Amino acid sequence: METTMSTKAKNGLGVVSIVIMIWTLIPLLWIIATSLKSTAALADPSQNLFGNFWPKHISWDNYKLIFSGGASDLFLPALWHSIVVCVVSTFISVVLATFCAYAISRLNFPGKKLILTTSLAVSFFPVIAMVTPLFNLWRQIGLFDTIPGLIIPYLALTLPLSIWILSAFFQQIPWEMEQAAQVDGATSWQAFIKVIAPLAAPGVFTTAIIAFFTAWNDFVFSSNLTAQSAQTVPAALNFFTGASQFVQPTGAICAAAVVVTIPVVILVLVFQKRIVAGLTSGAVKG
Amino acid sequence: MSSIELKHIVKKYGDGFPAVNDVNLDIKDGEFVILVGPSGCGKSTLLRMIVGLEDITSGELDIDGKRVNDLAPRDRNLAMVFQNYALYPHLTVYENIAFPLRLQKGKHSDAEIDQKVRQASDMLELDEHLQRKPGNLSGGQRQRVAMGRAIVREADAFLFDEPLSNLDAKLRGQMRTEIARMQRRLGITTIYVTHDQTEAMTLGDRVCVLKRGVLQQVASPRELYEQPVNLFVAGFIGSPPMNFLPARVDGNRLKLPFVDVPVDGELAEKVKGKDVVIVGLRPEHLKDSTVETAPEHSVKFNAVVDQTEWLGNEQYAYIPYEADGAVRKQLEDLDRDLDGEGLRTQMIVNLDPRSRVIEGDEARLAFDPAAMHVFDPHTGANLTRDDDKAAQIAAESEKLRKAALARAHKREVEQAEKSA
Repeated sequence: METTMSTKAKNGLGVVSIVIMIWTLIPLLWIIATSLKSTAALADPSQNLFGNFWPKHISWDNYKLIFSGGASDLFLPALWHSIVVCVVSTFISVVLATFCAYAISRLNFPGKKLILTTSLAVSFFPVIAMVTPLFNLWRQIGLFDTIPGLIIPYLALTLPLSIWILSAFFQQIPWEMEQAAQVDGATSWQAFIKVIAPLAAPGVFTTAIIAFFTAWNDFVFSSNLTAQSAQTVPAALNFFTGASQFVQPTGAICAAAVVVTIPVVILVLVFQKRIVAGLTSGAVKG
Repeated sequence: MSSIELKHIVKKYGDGFPAVNDVNLDIKDGEFVILVGPSGCGKSTLLRMIVGLEDITSGELDIDGKRVNDLAPRDRNLAMVFQNYALYPHLTVYENIAFPLRLQKGKHSDAEIDQKVRQASDMLELDEHLQRKPGNLSGGQRQRVAMGRAIVREADAFLFDEPLSNLDAKLRGQMRTEIARMQRRLGITTIYVTHDQTEAMTLGDRVCVLKRGVLQQVASPRELYEQPVNLFVAGFIGSPPMNFLPARVDGNRLKLPFVDVPVDGELAEKVKGKDVVIVGLRPEHLKDSTVETAPEHSVKFNAVVDQTEWLGNEQYAYIPYEADGAVRKQLEDLDRDLDGEGLRTQMIVNLDPRSRVIEGDEARLAFDPAAMHVFDPHTGANLTRDDDKAAQIAAESEKLRKAALARAHKREVEQAEKSA
């Protein structure tokens, strides 16, 4: 990534990236600020600083509401469902995609192109168009409102993406690595597990994170294919109600949104280095 | 320790083009064999067929008399060093070297592995780098790690695929001698692919010259140099390359571009009836007769030098000439086979560095007609090759090889006794 860049170009890029950072950060900050406002402050700008942005008195009421208050029996199970559904579907998707992408990048077999184009076509397919038939089918076969009933469509969403990312990644790993392992006495499986898989780890993590986000942020499937016992957070937010009929649940929704954003942020921070690190450096001359 | 035998090995790709065609080769136990040739001659393909990374289309490959055509690479017990080293970047140097041992489950205890790895790293002077990752090593160090990974296995043979081509010139020289020393010390059968003829000449007990998948000549470096079988081998071996001059046959004389050379006896018999032949003359066989005494029976002539290069220990002079139309095509084809650029035809003379000839001067040159190689322009065959002499050279080289192996072995035993 070391390119020679003039100071002017560097400064220009710096300014642009700051603008983009502010642009993307403001809505997030706003959600955090809103989640910290009391019900009174939500309706009264004079209780807030910086023109209705930050509350003068930070209130944790909204968080109490979703964790132990009235909204908790809606939010907590939803959070649990979200975690289970996303972790399981990410895991399955990454494992399947790893094998599939490895085969695609290493072997020549008839229909290889077909697999790649089909998976690309699937990911172009509008999600909303699948929901209604799935809803009918799921109800018939009893998958409606179950956790597998969500995992299966999420796999359909994340697998094509994962296969594409990973096959690009595998293609970057020099063939010689594997041949060297085979000459050293490894079976194909050993060569894959001991050499190729560790080298592909950054790619696998990248794929896992993307797959996780896709599932974590999905609203369409969750809101249509579940009712109670498998509802995830994005869908559950839709059913939040205020403390009374006349209060908008804005604060609670924001608090819940903040809570579900945290795992995503943690994931990125933890794996950031692994994603960026070029693990293959030094394998071959160059 | 083992012998490798190739019988009528053929490799055809999907389009039916034979990348390797009917190669027969018998590699003796402990022998250092070089596969050499210009790019695309099939030398790497041949090596990869031996190690099992490439399927053999037809023919038979025996290791120690056992057919291994259908064995997977891991079952052939050969060690290979790749051109780009192919180190495992996620493992330390130590683990890279230990990798083949760890794969042989249950065969080695941890203590054994440790001892073997340390032995290899000691031999290759890698001790201080054992805990580093390949990414932090220099090219030469990576090269040594790749060799360590090959040694530690105690494989039946070593295979090298252009192992030095990624190193700079100085390091290449050092690693070359290092490989030669290691091979003698371990006495292990070695097959080494290169396109660099210096490596081929210095390392090999025997050198196999390949051209477009066909084996041209298998012989000791000296025999290749002194008794090449054809134009291609003569042109490929030697640096600067042999000069090829068109010569008209006129009775008992060969008319070269600069001079007429009398021929007699056997050679005269062979060139009789031919219109033109190609004469090969090594640059060092041409002398500047003003500073060096030319050998007896020398032919003397004058020629205008176009360009000189003084290198300190030697000096090259370039003398352009017009190629005879009758053999120009053959010479051009040959040039292409040798990866040449089809530049002007010129004669290169390796002058004594004391020679004061400079550009534009008329130099007084001389050569011994006995040093000439005469080639049939159509078949490319060497008409002056002396089979008896070639056999003698081969026998001598074989004797030298055995002596070198025995000496290395003796030294090893002495060392072991001393340390015990």
